[in-house]
Amino acid sequence: MMEQEHLIDLKGICKEYDGTQVLKDINLYVRKKEFVTLLGPSGCGKTTTLRIIGGFEYPTSGEVYFEGKEISALPPYKRRVNTVFQKYALFPHLNVRDNIAFGLKLKKVPKSEINKKVDRMLDLVNLSGYGKRHVDQLSGGQQQRIAIARALVNEPEVLLLDEPLGALDLKLRKEMQLELKNMQQQLGITFIYVTHDQEEALTMSDTIVVMRDGKILQIGDPKRIYDEPANAFVADFIGESNILRGTMIKDELVHFAGHDFVCVDSGFGENAPVDVVIRPEDIMIVGEDIGQLTGTVQSVLFKGVHYEMMVSTGEVTFKVHSTTMQPQGSKVGINIVPFNIHIMKPMQEEAPSDV
Amino acid sequence: MKKTGLFFKKFYLGIILFFLYIPIVVMVIQSFNAGKSRAKWEGFSFRWYAELFQDRSIMQALQITIAVAVIAAVIATILGTLAAIGIYAMKKRSQSMMMTLTNIPMTMPDIVTGISLMLLFLFTKVERGFVTMVMAHITFNTPYVILSVMPKLKQMNKHSYEAALDLGATPTYALTHVIIPEIRQGIVTGAMLAFTLSLDDFTISYFTTSPLVQNLSTLIYSKARIGIDPTLNALSTLMFVALLVLLVIVNRRTADNAA
Amino acid sequence: MYDLSLPWWAYALMGAGLVVFIGMIAVSVRRNHGVKRSLFASPYTLWMIIFTVLPCILVAYYAFTDANGAFTLENFLNFWDSNHTKNQLYASMGEAAAAYITRGTVNVDTLVYSLWMAFLCTMICLLLGYPAALFMADRRMKIGPTIVILFIIPMWMNFLLRTIAWMSILEDQGLINQLLHFLGFDGVKLMYNSGAVLLGMVYNFLPFMVFPVYTSLSKLDPKLGEAAQDLGCNEWKTFTRVTAPLSLPGVISGITMVFMPSVTTFFIPRILGGGNTMMFGDLIESKFLTEGNWNVGSALSMIMMVLILISLGILRKFDPEGEGGGIA
Repeated sequence: MMEQEHLIDLKGICKEYDGTQVLKDINLYVRKKEFVTLLGPSGCGKTTTLRIIGGFEYPTSGEVYFEGKEISALPPYKRRVNTVFQKYALFPHLNVRDNIAFGLKLKKVPKSEINKKVDRMLDLVNLSGYGKRHVDQLSGGQQQRIAIARALVNEPEVLLLDEPLGALDLKLRKEMQLELKNMQQQLGITFIYVTHDQEEALTMSDTIVVMRDGKILQIGDPKRIYDEPANAFVADFIGESNILRGTMIKDELVHFAGHDFVCVDSGFGENAPVDVVIRPEDIMIVGEDIGQLTGTVQSVLFKGVHYEMMVSTGEVTFKVHSTTMQPQGSKVGINIVPFNIHIMKPMQEEAPSDV
Repeated sequence: MKKTGLFFKKFYLGIILFFLYIPIVVMVIQSFNAGKSRAKWEGFSFRWYAELFQDRSIMQALQITIAVAVIAAVIATILGTLAAIGIYAMKKRSQSMMMTLTNIPMTMPDIVTGISLMLLFLFTKVERGFVTMVMAHITFNTPYVILSVMPKLKQMNKHSYEAALDLGATPTYALTHVIIPEIRQGIVTGAMLAFTLSLDDFTISYFTTSPLVQNLSTLIYSKARIGIDPTLNALSTLMFVALLVLLVIVNRRTADNAA
Repeated sequence: MYDLSLPWWAYALMGAGLVVFIGMIAVSVRRNHGVKRSLFASPYTLWMIIFTVLPCILVAYYAFTDANGAFTLENFLNFWDSNHTKNQLYASMGEAAAAYITRGTVNVDTLVYSLWMAFLCTMICLLLGYPAALFMADRRMKIGPTIVILFIIPMWMNFLLRTIAWMSILEDQGLINQLLHFLGFDGVKLMYNSGAVLLGMVYNFLPFMVFPVYTSLSKLDPKLGEAAQDLGCNEWKTFTRVTAPLSLPGVISGITMVFMPSVTTFFIPRILGGGNTMMFGDLIESKFLTEGNWNVGSALSMIMMVLILISLGILRKFDPEGEGGGIA
């Protein structure tokens, strides 16, 4: 990527609170019109990263660039980004219309134009006619839309969203995911989105940034993150997976679960300990006689689209997703194609447990 | 059975209220008594009300009482509101330190507060009078303002302030247009509380003013030994009625606003 | 009368404070591109240091020094020695004055008497106030909020005048005695004794017991009572096992709010006790204003503060959250 296409650059961002490091050397760029999601468990530093971009926190060290200009010390009201806050932070003493118009009034936009823009926004979020309502008379979903409208009406270059759907119920959340994604594509605005919900991240993002303990573990598009997780943590956090201890015998040959498997990875050295990650849907159940491994079905759960079976080989237990059910107690064979065996360096080496 | 229970409860509350109101009734009646005696009824008259407005010492004390209460309440409200906002923005540890500091004058008995302030003024050779009384009232009022404003700040969405900055507001604008309106109710309560406390204070005023500058309480106290004359009863009856009218008006307005 | 003159250094101090405050804000604006909000508390902090912390230090200073400013523990040690105090008074003020000031009681006696009176007042307020609060919180009557206002309204009348009004009721020619005479009974002596003082105290402090108890009772979920009855409690057991324990925080804060001002009151005993009784507040006041003995007066103030802090500490144990919090 060429430098000028970057809208936001974070370079070597570190953040400390009272002696605890919450961000450790964050390097990240965001391109124009990109939908970037910061994903990770709570306390991983994703919200802090967002707040540094928004200007609510200042990094202890490192710089923030906006279109190539450093803005690290610029206060929030001088940045061309707007935020949709967790729990919305609508102003309870103003009605819906005044909430949305808040930013425009500050910019001294003429009254008639404010009215026009606010109406257009209310339209966009499907709440025209709600302008005179008091904000606490609205449902959670409606408040959510107003919060988005209040931010978008300022036509920011970047919209920051801090777990905006966290307070909504499942069905509403799914609808809003699609709506948000549509809005982003329609308006052509860059979104930086914070969530701990991996499914949400996979559904909406162009790019996912997986974080943990103040560090970035992997950056990539959803498919890449899912198919080629950089380490066992990412694999475990994104979707479900079987994570096994293994030994790399040599390039393209790995030993785990008491068996040697052909794989496609290389460059780990000989007889090196590794983590082996296999997605449950990548394990094929075959006849007992033709499997690379054999095992017994321990339990079967119906999950709607598929069955989830726990298959024990004696040495290890695999989680298997399959559309065909094998009865509990039956003996089955297991096959894994080389392409679906993901080899990664063991976690301990990569993420020292100093936190 | 249930009905007699309810009757008993109302009867009990009635007796308690009777106990609370009887001295007030006595005072009001005395204020209309033509004679000076507390015990003998000598006929209905507005004599004491007429004399009230002629009595220079009472009118002056009234003026001082109101002036002190207004000035102290205004300054305490400003000081206390700013302090509450500041304390709220502090880190945990300094926050609890500040709240302890705020609680000191509230736990201290009035007499100790009064005496310690008197010692301060005597020690620094500041002559006691109007200004020292105002200072003392600000001192005991401000913690009450903080305690009324603090809960409102805590109820506020903690991102409200940031949301305003995010939408382009400068910190000053966010303070005056977002934070202050959201905690307005607490500020008003605090101001009213400060005004009332100051109006009614005796002990602290007694130690922090000179005999030449008296508010109503200290005046009443100095007269109590010689015998209260009914002009003071007339005055407090008038003040009582004024406050009642105020209460009714305020209630009307809030009822209208709610509708 | 609005004499605004203060010593020149007081104005200088205020000016300096203002300049420093504005300066701090300006610096913080420069550095952070915005006012650091915690700075808003600095005028208040300064105010409290000058008008609360400093005066407290002064009290402590006088308590631990003698008239010449030398360190001494005598002010405290003499507290326990009644004769010493009495003799000192005789020596310094002459027999007549000393008799007037001490009124037959001295330090320890006064302290014990004050604590006893405050205890009685608190108990009576609790006994009268708890049922009142309980009945006010009865949802079937829907009169709680009205009664609260009816409790507040009398407090708008100057409390000194209200107390003095009791004189018209209790004195020898007062309402009660007139009524007794009218009915053909002999008059009774109601004024100028401990009973009158106690009445005045209960009268003034009763609302401070009722409000916090009422607040904690009306916050209770009515479903709790229903649940208790569902589990087999009759009305009395529901009260003793559920309602009463849950109203404990309110009771604790009520006790605090009545006990503290009771121990330190000095106006009520003067008016209704007529000089026959003396409480700890009177003692402190007379040390300062009549005798002019700041050192002993300060020591007495400190002893009272320590007593209050101890009792607050004990009460806090029962209500660690402080959730009974009353007035607001």
